[in-house]
Amino acid sequence: MSVIELEAPADVRPRSRPQPARTWGKAWQRWLSPVAVLAIWQIASSTGLLPPRLLAAPATIAATAANLIETGILPTAVGVSLQRVLLGFAAGAAAGILLALVAGLSRPGENAVDPLMQMLRALPFFGLIPLFILWFGIGETPKVLLVALAVAFPLYLNTFAGIRGVDGKLAEVAHTLKLGRAALIRHIVLPGALPQTLVGLRQSLGVAWLALIVAEQVNATAGLGYMINDAREFLRTDVIVVGLLVYSALGLLTDSLVRLLERRALSWRRGFLG
Amino acid sequence: MAARLPGVDTVASVRGLTRAFGDRVVLDALDLEIGPGEFIALLGRSGSGKSTLLRALAGLDREVTGELSVTGSVAVAFQEPRLVPWKRVLANITLGLDAPAERAHAALAEVGLTERAQAWPLTLSGGEAQRASLARALVREPGLLLLDEPFSALDALTRITIHQLVVELWARHRPAVLLVTHDVDEALLLADRVLVLDEGRIAHDSPVTAPRPRHRDNPELITLRADLLAALGVAPEGRS
Ligand SMILES: Nc1ncnc2c1ncn2[C@@H]1O[C@H](COP(=O)(O)OP(=O)(O)OP(=O)(O)O)[C@@H](O)[C@H]1O
Ligand SMILES: [Mg+2]
Repeated sequence: MSVIELEAPADVRPRSRPQPARTWGKAWQRWLSPVAVLAIWQIASSTGLLPPRLLAAPATIAATAANLIETGILPTAVGVSLQRVLLGFAAGAAAGILLALVAGLSRPGENAVDPLMQMLRALPFFGLIPLFILWFGIGETPKVLLVALAVAFPLYLNTFAGIRGVDGKLAEVAHTLKLGRAALIRHIVLPGALPQTLVGLRQSLGVAWLALIVAEQVNATAGLGYMINDAREFLRTDVIVVGLLVYSALGLLTDSLVRLLERRALSWRRGFLG
Repeated sequence: MAARLPGVDTVASVRGLTRAFGDRVVLDALDLEIGPGEFIALLGRSGSGKSTLLRALAGLDREVTGELSVTGSVAVAFQEPRLVPWKRVLANITLGLDAPAERAHAALAEVGLTERAQAWPLTLSGGEAQRASLARALVREPGLLLLDEPFSALDALTRITIHQLVVELWARHRPAVLLVTHDVDEALLLADRVLVLDEGRIAHDSPVTAPRPRHRDNPELITLRADLLAALGVAPEGRS
C-alpha cells in the first residue's frame, strides 16, 4: 500500500498534456459546492433558521477569528498546543525510531523489543488517559506523553518493517564491495528503510494532532483545546469552529511538510520526472 | 592445468567443494583452479550450480564445505546490475572504494558512461545499468572478476558492444575472469578456457587458443562447439 502511495504520482501525473483551459474549468467547478454550502449556511444563520447556539454564521466566525488573533488569544493558544505537539512528537519519534533500529538491526534486539511493542500497540492508548492523570497529574506531562506514545508506534512499526524489507541482494552487493557493518547500515539499510519511515512519519503526525485534541479536551488550562472547552461553557460556537479550523490547518501544514521532505529525500525514485 | 600447484600461481583454488540444499547436492567435491589473468567461461545447464559456485567464490555462501582459497581481491557483476538505487551512478562506482575520484571517472569513461555519472540508476537503460555494474567491479582492479550472466538481459547489438568492451578491459587490466553464461558461442568468442559444470563437477575443461577477435566460423571453434554441445547434452545442429 505504501509503495503504491509513494510511487503512483511519479508515473501517473501527466506532464506531457498541459490543458490549461480545462484545468481552470475543473478547478472552478471544484470550488462550486463548498461556496454553495457556505452561502446556504450564511443564509440559514441570517434568517434565524440556524441559531448561533448550535452553529455560528460564517461571517461571525471570520470576525471572531480576526478578533482572537488581534487580542493575542489565538496565537497564545496555538503556541501552547504547538509546544505540546512538538515536544511529544520529538520524544515519540526519537523513541520509535531508536527502538526500530535496535529491533531491526539485530536478532537479540528484535527479540527484546518487538514482542513488547506488538503487545503495547494493542492497547487503546486514549484509554490510558485516566492512568496518566493518576500518574502524572493534570499538567503538561500527560498531554506530551500521550502525543509521544501516539507518535512512537507508527514510526516504530514502519521503520522496523522498512529495515527488514531492505533488499537482501543489495546486502550481498555491499558484501562484495567490502563494506563493513557500519557502512552497510549507513549506505544500504537506512536509506533503504527511509521510504517506509516517511510513511510512518506521515501517519504519526496525523495521530499526533488527534492525540493532542483528545488530551486537551480532558483537562487543560491553556492551549487550543482549552480555548474550545472554555467556549463551550459560554455557548460560543464561533470560537469552537475557529479552534477546529486551526487544528485542521496545522494538520495540513505538517502533512505538506512531510510531503516536501519526501519529495526531496526520495528524489531517486522520481528520477523519471527529472 | 593439473600440473599447477595449489596456491602457487593461482588466484583461486577450490578442492572438494561441496554444497547441498537439503538432500539436493548441487556441488559435489568440485575441483577448480583459476590462474592469474585467465579468461574462463563457465557453461552448464540451468540449475547445474553455476551461480552457486560463483557465490562460493565471492564469499557469499558460508555453507559450502571443502577447501576454498581465493588470493587477492574479488569483484562481482551480478546478472541483474544491482546498482544501489538511491546512489547516483558515480556514487555507486565509488561505494566502499578508498581511491581517488579520478579512478571512478576513468572507469565510467571506459564503459562510456561519463555523461550519466550523476544520473539516478533507475533512469538508466538496461545496457547502461549493466555497464555501470561492470565499471563498479572493474574500478576495484580485482585479481578475480566474477561475472554471472551479465549479458543475458541485453539485446543482440548491445551484447556485441559489451563483449568487445569486456575483452578490451580484460586485455588492459588483466584480471582473471570467470564468466557464467548459457551461450556456447559467447563462451567461445570470449574465453581462453571453457568449462562445463555437470552433476556437481567440472565435466569438461578445454582451452581455446584461437586468436582474438574471433569469428564463429573459425574451425577450432566449430569443433569445440560440437564438443561442448555434446557435453551439455544437446545434439549438435546438422549444418556445417
Ligand atoms: N538458496 C537455495 N535454496 C535451495 N535451493 C537452491 C538455493 N540456491 C540454489 N538452489 C538450487 O541449486 C541448484 C543450482 O542453482 P544455481 O543457481 O547455482 O543454478 P545455475 O546453474 O546458476 O542455473 P541458471 O543457469 O538457471 O542460473 C538449483 O536446482 C537451485 O534450485
Ligand atoms: Mg545462475
